[in-house]
Amino acid sequence: MELAATTLAPAESVGAAEAPTPVLRADGLSMQFPGVLALDRVDFELKPGEVHVLFGENGAGKSTLIQILAGVYRPTEGRLEFAGRPVELQGVHHARTLGISAVFQEFSLVPTLNVEENLFLGAEVTRHGVLDKVELHRRAEAILVELGFPLRARQRIHDLTRAEQQMVEIAKAFCTQLSVLILDEPTASLTDREAERLFVMVEQAKKRGVGIIYITHRMSEIRRIGDRITVLRDGKRVATLAVAEADDERLLQLMTGRVISQVFPKIAHRPGTPLLQISNLTTTEHTVKDFSLSVHAGEVVGLAGLVGCGKSEVGRACFGLERILSGRIVFDGRDVTGQSARKMLDRGAFYLPPDRREEGLVMARNVRENISLPWLGARFSHFGVLDRAKERTTVRDLARRLNLQPRNTEADLERFSGGNQQKVLLAKGLVSTVKLFIFDEPTVGVDVGTRVAIYEFIRDLCEGGAGILLISSDLPEILHLTNRTYVMYRGERRAELAGEEITQDRVLSNFFERAQA
Amino acid sequence: MTDQTARHRPGVSVSLQRLFVRIGVLPFLLVIALIVFSALSPRFLTSENLITVARQATYLAIVAMGQMLALLTGGFDLSVGKIIAITSVITAMVMAPLAAAHPDAVALTLTLGILAGVGAGTLVGVVNGVGVAVFNVSPFMMTLGTATISFGIALTLTSGVPVYGLPDAFGTIFNFTRIFDIPSPVYVTAGLFVVMYFLLNWTRMGRYFYAVGGNIKASRLSGISTRYYLFMAYVLCGLLAAIAGALLTARLETGEANIGASMPLDSIAACVIGGVSLRGGIGRVGNVVLGAIFIGLIQNGMDLAQIQSYLQEVVIGVLLILAVIADQLRQFVMLRLKD
Repeated sequence: MELAATTLAPAESVGAAEAPTPVLRADGLSMQFPGVLALDRVDFELKPGEVHVLFGENGAGKSTLIQILAGVYRPTEGRLEFAGRPVELQGVHHARTLGISAVFQEFSLVPTLNVEENLFLGAEVTRHGVLDKVELHRRAEAILVELGFPLRARQRIHDLTRAEQQMVEIAKAFCTQLSVLILDEPTASLTDREAERLFVMVEQAKKRGVGIIYITHRMSEIRRIGDRITVLRDGKRVATLAVAEADDERLLQLMTGRVISQVFPKIAHRPGTPLLQISNLTTTEHTVKDFSLSVHAGEVVGLAGLVGCGKSEVGRACFGLERILSGRIVFDGRDVTGQSARKMLDRGAFYLPPDRREEGLVMARNVRENISLPWLGARFSHFGVLDRAKERTTVRDLARRLNLQPRNTEADLERFSGGNQQKVLLAKGLVSTVKLFIFDEPTVGVDVGTRVAIYEFIRDLCEGGAGILLISSDLPEILHLTNRTYVMYRGERRAELAGEEITQDRVLSNFFERAQA
Repeated sequence: MTDQTARHRPGVSVSLQRLFVRIGVLPFLLVIALIVFSALSPRFLTSENLITVARQATYLAIVAMGQMLALLTGGFDLSVGKIIAITSVITAMVMAPLAAAHPDAVALTLTLGILAGVGAGTLVGVVNGVGVAVFNVSPFMMTLGTATISFGIALTLTSGVPVYGLPDAFGTIFNFTRIFDIPSPVYVTAGLFVVMYFLLNWTRMGRYFYAVGGNIKASRLSGISTRYYLFMAYVLCGLLAAIAGALLTARLETGEANIGASMPLDSIAACVIGGVSLRGGIGRVGNVVLGAIFIGLIQNGMDLAQIQSYLQEVVIGVLLILAVIADQLRQFVMLRLKD
């Protein structure tokens, strides 16, 4: 493919023309981790006053690149230039003194301290060695007002929502004299009003000549604030192009290296008997409000919405992981409202959690023990004594079916790539006959190859007669795999779309707050 | 897609590193200890001395196997020492009057005494389990609390004075008897080891201990009743400590509230030296027993080399820290060797 042909030379219409020197320039950056070449001779350039979007799949090297630019990692190869001069970043602090600030998805806040203490952590104002709390408070308030964030300076981080913590992170970046601002999916947990405010701030920063590196998956955001896009795949730079030249099809193709039809299999939906019926569900925490949904055997049903809209909680409530205030959940003809995970597994439902390290897998144990874990009682033991021979053969068969690499079921999970770990998680649901699969973000952090494998599995399961609830923030996934799709907004059901109605515009328009009348 | 330049180290060093990653630091330490102590004292490597080591290590080995369960589930048990104390006191207080009243009913006296003592010790484990599993008290505070309570009860019951008058048969059977020259407590330990090995490797419960300690959320999602297995870990830990307490009482031939004080830390040390992760989910029972034997070996070797006992404490402490550092190093080497 000639995708890499687009050169670094910027499109003339883009960027601030009055400043030819890039504020940040990377030349042939490589990053070698044990066993993984995370970044492979990547060139990158950021001009003052431009928003440069980094685009690519999870694991394509975006995070590694911004971590190098923010001074977290030192590249194993390659050079960095800051404002035209070669520079070797000694660490995050060094980068900050140069005016390079990063807001990562993993927050760097101290949860037990309050907002203002966090804002100035490591850069406190002192008078004769004593904290000047009055001054700190004044400055913190000023920044929060300027950014228009609904936060109070004395609130403890611990008590804030994820979105509010995100705002603190962003505010923290704005506390220093900025020349480069790195934002890693900053809107992931913001409402669109908050996001809009962030965009305004970004515009202001642009006008002051700050260069902004912006990671996002959302096309709408790219169009809203982006100037140029660099697409990464498998640690390599595939292309750098102006936003104007980039349409969705093109970007997706650059990102995955394939055309869409190769990524998403065609699924023949044959909706049969109703499997899962949720009626008027409200959770105790009000993360889900009066929500209803149904999944039939032989179809893939999507559940879409922004992060934090409550779609995850719907799946969790079905598995007894969220407390239910009111409403009913019926599975396979039985009322299962508030049933435990054990009961649901025994009845033939399987839930695949979004964060495999956090909730899905026991990382310290091997593949075999992880795959068999939910089924030890039902399949692999007699009177509490394990049938290890049966366990071994079953797990080996599954490893072969899923093409697990390396094919060593006795190796600890830490030795496997993210994609293969995800396969192990999937395999947990394939040991026994399962009628209903609830997949919550099944392709987070996996490469294209695994992504395709997982989609094909979803197809096979569905065409084999299982019902599938696909909870996903990945829009293409929803568009191409589902038979019907529900869109949630702030815990409520916004729309139910079926077949041809499932289009990007219709799904997206329901993601966000509606314009007020 | 691994990069070949990442591994161009010489073969010998790599295979040594691989061995280190596979078996851990303990076998290396054992070999070093054997060499050093046999050089220091000609009596060290005699069969009589090794039997002494086995006898001395046996109590710690039992307690460490119990401690291992608590560690596997991601907690620990600081009350094992006081469980031993209360087991000893109750065993003696039940046996002594029975032996005085019915000198002929030895079997009944021993059975009742042991059941009462071990039952009391296990009860402490039950309380620990309820606190940790049901009320979510941190294992540190819970077991520290029950340790204090047990000690207080043991002292109150005895007024701090040893309980005498145990039937001779108790000490004879559970301490002095030798079969093929090996003392009876060693057989008890070996039997418990076999049970524990089976439990941890061949039963659902054992597997669940590892899973719960490795990732409690994933375990819950896999349909495991995490509370029950957390609870059972502390109950079984209490039971094992109580059995060790009964054996120690047979050895001392008195019931004492002041025994077992060093057990909590020694048992944790034996586990950690044996490669049990303090974060839970990782550890082999065979290595834990080796860890206990290693500590016994060090103490015995230093006794023979006439190193005074205060200094021995220093050596044990240093070894424990070294073992943990070696384990960190092992993680590091493991990541570097990762394919």
